[in-house]
Amino acid sequence: MALLEIRDLHATVGDREILKGIDLTVNAGEVHAIMGPNGSGKSTLAQVLAGRDLYHVTGGQVLYNGKDLLEMDPEERAREGVFLAFQYPVEIPGVSNMYFLKAALNQVRKHRGLEELDAMDFLNLVREKMKLMEMDQTLLNRPVNTGFSGGEKKRNEIFQMAVLEPRLAILDETDSGLDIDALKLVANGVNALRGPERSMIVVTHYQRLLNYIVPDFVHVLSDGRIVKSGGKELALQLEESGYAGLGIYDEEEAVGKA
Amino acid sequence: MTAATEQIGSWLAAFTDQPESPFQALRRAGFERFAELGFPTTHNEEWRFTNVAPIARTQFRVVSPVCAARFNGAQKIEGGIEHFDPARLASETNPFVALNAAFTDRPLVLRVAKGAVLDEPIEIHFDIDNQGGPVAAHPRILILVGANAQCSIVERYSGNGRYFTNAVTEIVAGEGAVVNHYRVQQESRDAYHVSTVWATLGRSANFASHSISLGGALVRNDAGATLSEGTEATLNGLYIANGTQHIDNHTTIDHAKPHGTSHELYKGILDGKASAVFNGRILVRKDAQKTDSKQTNKNLVLSDEAVINTKPELQIFADDVRCTHGATIGQIDAESMFYLQSRGIGWEDARSLLTYAFAQDIVNRIQVESLRDSLERILFEKFHEHA
Repeated sequence: MALLEIRDLHATVGDREILKGIDLTVNAGEVHAIMGPNGSGKSTLAQVLAGRDLYHVTGGQVLYNGKDLLEMDPEERAREGVFLAFQYPVEIPGVSNMYFLKAALNQVRKHRGLEELDAMDFLNLVREKMKLMEMDQTLLNRPVNTGFSGGEKKRNEIFQMAVLEPRLAILDETDSGLDIDALKLVANGVNALRGPERSMIVVTHYQRLLNYIVPDFVHVLSDGRIVKSGGKELALQLEESGYAGLGIYDEEEAVGKA
Repeated sequence: MTAATEQIGSWLAAFTDQPESPFQALRRAGFERFAELGFPTTHNEEWRFTNVAPIARTQFRVVSPVCAARFNGAQKIEGGIEHFDPARLASETNPFVALNAAFTDRPLVLRVAKGAVLDEPIEIHFDIDNQGGPVAAHPRILILVGANAQCSIVERYSGNGRYFTNAVTEIVAGEGAVVNHYRVQQESRDAYHVSTVWATLGRSANFASHSISLGGALVRNDAGATLSEGTEATLNGLYIANGTQHIDNHTTIDHAKPHGTSHELYKGILDGKASAVFNGRILVRKDAQKTDSKQTNKNLVLSDEAVINTKPELQIFADDVRCTHGATIGQIDAESMFYLQSRGIGWEDARSLLTYAFAQDIVNRIQVESLRDSLERILFEKFHEHA
């Protein structure tokens, strides 16, 4: 059975339709890359799957593990194993990273019928995962993402993913704004979390990330629809000829051409 | 008889009923001034958003303000009449300060010796019990801090039932003194609480005031400081109101001499039909060149029916100064909510957590560890039971 099945998904923001019929099936253990120019709807798709109420689903269906994903609150989706690594992680002054992550993990564990972790067990778990991301432990006591550099924020996202152990991870432009060293570090973290039970959707504008996180499938999104799907070689083809080679332009340009 | 004279008349009886006291001259000057001023109405700009009619209309029985206190190295001055000047009351503009003087009864006068460093805070706790109908208490505190001395002062206010606390605290700090003042107001939800805190600060003194308002039905706090040359003053505040609570904070920073620095941060959280006022007055006198002053008021409004009135009031008569001010009124940030929810934290927990985080900013600035811990607990419970 597919872990995620998206059927003819339509979504709007305000009165503008962004997703115009997305079909996508993700099986357990698969890594799917979603590429596309700016304004094609990549990030919208990621946010809709995580349950952001800024977007309104106007048609279609999303089945996650056989359940209606769109019926669930964002927190329920997270507890069921959906994780979104944010393109722009939110700064939350006044809430320590440690408190936040412990609260999150215990909610997820409770939902899975596991015992809540006490402070000591939590700390041991977290130390191990921080090593994976080569993160400094002092980040734990700092407020969530507050005063973090761009690279630290992205690492913190993958670190959270490592702690929460989702079944479906959606990485929204996790590569944006990273230099090559930070990119490799993030990719290593992601690769360490790959496994037969964990599926990933990697949203990116550039092929570069896919040199390090090698996908099983690549989909090209344009104007709210998947216009081309293929294996990892599709990403390389895009790298050579660009989106224009496929007759795809940034949203703004596309409007200009009409 | 008009309503106003009737209201003053009911206090007159209580005033004349007081047993003889060495403070008679001060009391008389206080009552005379109070009778001249009367209770303020909302026509008075200073009281525009705070209607004290519920206080004015109530017949209170005046009781002695009794406190539990630990001086922790400060010296208690018995009597202390020489430290109060009746003549000063003639120019008093706040009728509640005058009323407090009219009922002067065993004021608490403390002295911290020159150069003394107190390791533990001075703690003063007024707990009012309204047994036998509405009572009024007029606590009066005077703390004299010698030059280069260091101390912390923690005042707490609490009680049961319907009563009126009208407290006046005065701090006089000598040259180079370092004073941290904390005021935690946890009155009953039926109480009226009016307070005035004034600090007169010597050259290069460093003063910080932290005013935490949690309780009370109708609350008005006036906090202020007069700065000398090179003085640094911080006024921080946190007010949390829900139901039909009304909390008014008026602050004044008087830069009287050059090179003074002042920082001010007041944060408010309002829910239900609560209302609040922040009025931050900054006065920079002609001599006070090179003043550096920053004022911030931030409000988190959790319901559609809660109301906040916020106003900076800058009066600047010097030309080489830096004064900034800003006020914000906002709701819980939707993006932060989504971020927490997307990690599995439920809507209500996420909302409590963000509300707590907003308040935490002020609590973190409290340097007395035991007080900070107890406030963290109080706030944590407050927001979680509420969610």
